[in-house]
Amino acid sequence: MSGITYKSGREPHAKEHRVVFRNVDRNGWDTSLKTYMSEGGYEQLQRALKMPRQEIVDEVKRAGLRGRGGAGFPCGVKWGFIPPTNTKPVYLICNADESEPGTFKDRYIIHQDPHQLIEGMAIACFAVGASLSYIYIREEFPEGASILEKAIAEAHAKGFLGKNILGSGFDLEIYVHRGAGAYICGEETGLIESLEGKRPYPRIKPPYFPAAMGLYLCPTIVNNVETLCHVKHILEIGADQWSRTGTPNNTGTRILCVSGDVRKQGYFEVEVGKVTMGELINDMCGGLKPGRELKAVIPGGSSAKVLRADETFTVGRGDDARKLTIWDIPMDFDTLAACGSMAGSGGVIVIDDSRSISWVLNNINNFYAHESCGQCTPCREGSLWMKKITDRVVAGKASPSDIDTLEGVARNIDGRTICAFGEACSWPTESFVEKFRSELIADTKPELEGAIVNAETLTAAAGL
Amino acid sequence: MSEAKTDLVDVQIDGVWHQFPKGTRMIEACRQAGVEVPHYCYHPKLTSPGNCRMCLVEMGMPARPAPGAEPAPADETGHLPISWMPRPVIACANTIGPNMGIRTTGPLTEECRKGVMELLLANHPLDCPICDQAGECSLQEFSVEHGKGESRFREQKVKKPKNVDVGPRIRLDDERCIMCSRCIRFTDEIADDPVLGFTDRGSHTVLTVYPGRELANNYSLNTVDICPVGALTSNDFRFQMRVWFMREVDTIDTNCATGCNITVYSRENKIYRITPRQNNDVNSDWMPDSHRLNFHWIESEARLTDPMVKIDGNHQIATWNEALSLTADKLAGFSGTEIAVIASGRMTNEELYMVGRLVKQLGIDQIDIVPRDGESDGYLISADRNPNTLGATLILGLESPGSTLERVKSDIEQGRVKALLVFQENLVEDAGFSPELLGKLDFLLASYPLANPTTGLADVVLPGACWAEKSGTMLNVTGRLQRLNRAVDGPGQTLETWEIVRNLISAMGGGNGIYSVAEIFKLLASEVPEFKGLTWGQIGNLGIPLVETGETIPLLEREKQRKAAGLIVG
Repeated sequence: MSGITYKSGREPHAKEHRVVFRNVDRNGWDTSLKTYMSEGGYEQLQRALKMPRQEIVDEVKRAGLRGRGGAGFPCGVKWGFIPPTNTKPVYLICNADESEPGTFKDRYIIHQDPHQLIEGMAIACFAVGASLSYIYIREEFPEGASILEKAIAEAHAKGFLGKNILGSGFDLEIYVHRGAGAYICGEETGLIESLEGKRPYPRIKPPYFPAAMGLYLCPTIVNNVETLCHVKHILEIGADQWSRTGTPNNTGTRILCVSGDVRKQGYFEVEVGKVTMGELINDMCGGLKPGRELKAVIPGGSSAKVLRADETFTVGRGDDARKLTIWDIPMDFDTLAACGSMAGSGGVIVIDDSRSISWVLNNINNFYAHESCGQCTPCREGSLWMKKITDRVVAGKASPSDIDTLEGVARNIDGRTICAFGEACSWPTESFVEKFRSELIADTKPELEGAIVNAETLTAAAGL
Repeated sequence: MSEAKTDLVDVQIDGVWHQFPKGTRMIEACRQAGVEVPHYCYHPKLTSPGNCRMCLVEMGMPARPAPGAEPAPADETGHLPISWMPRPVIACANTIGPNMGIRTTGPLTEECRKGVMELLLANHPLDCPICDQAGECSLQEFSVEHGKGESRFREQKVKKPKNVDVGPRIRLDDERCIMCSRCIRFTDEIADDPVLGFTDRGSHTVLTVYPGRELANNYSLNTVDICPVGALTSNDFRFQMRVWFMREVDTIDTNCATGCNITVYSRENKIYRITPRQNNDVNSDWMPDSHRLNFHWIESEARLTDPMVKIDGNHQIATWNEALSLTADKLAGFSGTEIAVIASGRMTNEELYMVGRLVKQLGIDQIDIVPRDGESDGYLISADRNPNTLGATLILGLESPGSTLERVKSDIEQGRVKALLVFQENLVEDAGFSPELLGKLDFLLASYPLANPTTGLADVVLPGACWAEKSGTMLNVTGRLQRLNRAVDGPGQTLETWEIVRNLISAMGGGNGIYSVAEIFKLLASEVPEFKGLTWGQIGNLGIPLVETGETIPLLEREKQRKAAGLIVG
């Protein structure tokens, strides 16, 4: 790493551990193949092509790489789900539909270091036996799509993609597919439907587990951009070395994206679990804004359950049990889950005491009501209903019992939908109501209990 | 036998253990156990998207012992205790597993159903008083059974297109639509005409027809049948009658040799609607639009209501006695070889049997029916547009239906045939008998439901009941014997053809003692080899296979393939 300098004002924080983001904001770095190859680019692919495929899968398993897209599922295990008796083509899809509010990491990889992703994908494709691969990139990244197209063409010209790659006999084509602006396309089966040219209605599981019945009903692996980049690094330094970063069961580094009420928002690649929420906010982000106090943090993208600033979290069991304040929470998968939320996509949204909780929740509800695909009943009807209730709370047209209704609607969605969007849209409401009920109720008016609160019914009731 | 046993799986439903074949969907296992699981989007003949979430149930599997621990003891039925999952699962698309438990009652399932009902009704217009679906609406039914009885919804409802023309026969109300996608799947998977789809998203999703296209295929009205709510309604039936006032009679369609099983809906002797009735050996759950709408003529102004005899070139209303006595007198003046009979492939086996008796009694040797050949549509419409060609062939002993019509024509032309009895056919328009030719006859009897050019020429005109006004049996293209049931009474003095022929035989002094279709069927069963030993009751509502024809019904064959591929329950 010696000799690497970064653009002024964009230098990594001392507590960062840059692996995937090594070249982001780096002086003298560009997206060309030449630049990428000047520092060992595509050497890991060349090595991989000489390895037995299973060895690569085992290496990724041993590294303990967990998916960086949201669910945190172990990547190597996912790869192992392809039925051993499979005779159909296998597909690998890179999920670049980065659309969880609060998350902005994949775009920098794509914009500044596309070959890292392509090399990671090529290794992954070789490992799982996929000769056709897609990068599903969200519509809102037009520049990213053209950078990727160009990078793929360059890699193709050098023989890193295409037929008989580097004389190995392995063929691989990667295609960029642009979405059309729907959050649900980040859900892997919705993404697959979209790629097949259909509405991105998520599929029911069972039977449509992608590893067995994915794209065109063939085994399909869907991995996040950041996850696929890590594959390259695992090969480069070996699973043992790689998994020495981070903490047990939460290995490696991951990129946290901090937005909201801090002095310096941004992205930070840290060892998983080695940085606490307090260090992240106070040190890396320069603390809260002057004179402000922390009210809440949404730690893993807008769908993660909110953490209240004054909560005490109990993590661990038995003798290992310990109490944590929000500041002490190590930013890893398991602790955030134990705190009742999730590491999700790494999008940390900080909310200080200048914010109205009703407004924050309404903002989130607006997003999910707009993005619900509408396939299944609870999410389709519930997401808009929740938005309409919080619309009224914000507008001062709600009564206290509306908050109970709001919570009831969320509970009727949670766990009852086809895909995880149900949880994504209900967890914010469930957690905000649970943790900030009195603040929400303070924005309601008891005198509106039982009153007609919508213009249409008022007009009808007036007989007009 | 032992092999079959290994394919059975033990499943506990609401506390009771049952056995079902491996691969059975949970919802079907419940159905077989007599437990109805409410659902909207699931349809056994279509793929299962699992989108309505109404069929969520509580599911569990035998608890796995902790590592090193002893498994829990089995209960008195020999089954391990069930560990119930905290999340509900959809019963429609999931299959049963060994020793699985399903709870369709209990707090979790009930909460799920209440929740889904409340959400489905949140933006529903609740316009039941003016909705055609009222009375047969799954939203209403499940609201009563599983709903909360009140709504917490205080918001303005989503506005969507109403009274949308999606095709020549169908109207769409998007506000009533619950997005179950049954219609979309039907047009795609069964009708091969995928013109329907959803646009927009979330709660603003609307069902729509593809721009520039319309839902116009000949199976479009099946979407109205499977729409669980009042979103798709039939232009023909819309606002005509509240469904709860109508009488339902199960019978069969007579527009072709497939014999789609149908239900005829009527009130005060007027037919309002016909819908397909499930028969997996005939028409599955479907029928063509052209067949189901072909009933308005039954009320036509041209219906014959009274027997008529021609006096001085003019038709005069007569009593049945007068008309039949006159016929008997006339026929007595001809030898059997001077009389020909044209019956119909639209007649029931029982009617044809009576015609056969008449033919025998009078020693007539020229008897035929009028063939109606078209092309199969590749779905349910048979190339043979007569519903009972097979029955006519067997009962009248025809070698090739319609093959002797030309000989009858030339025999009339040459005066060898002097009297012609026509039952349920219009020879001028449907069989190429010119009015000049029929004018050469000394005696023409024509029986038909409607006045037509043939009855116009007849010396005796007899008002015959139409298919909806009579009972009997027919043999379809695959050789299946099916029952036709009287749905409405014929107008005026109309009689069923078997009654007309029986009365004619008795007017000519022939034997009698036949008072019902069932009695004729008994005679058929004793005299016609293919019917040997059959009883009327045996036929049932779905018919029975009687003869091997080697013919198949294209739509059914495709459904069998989809079932074999596991795409549908079937």
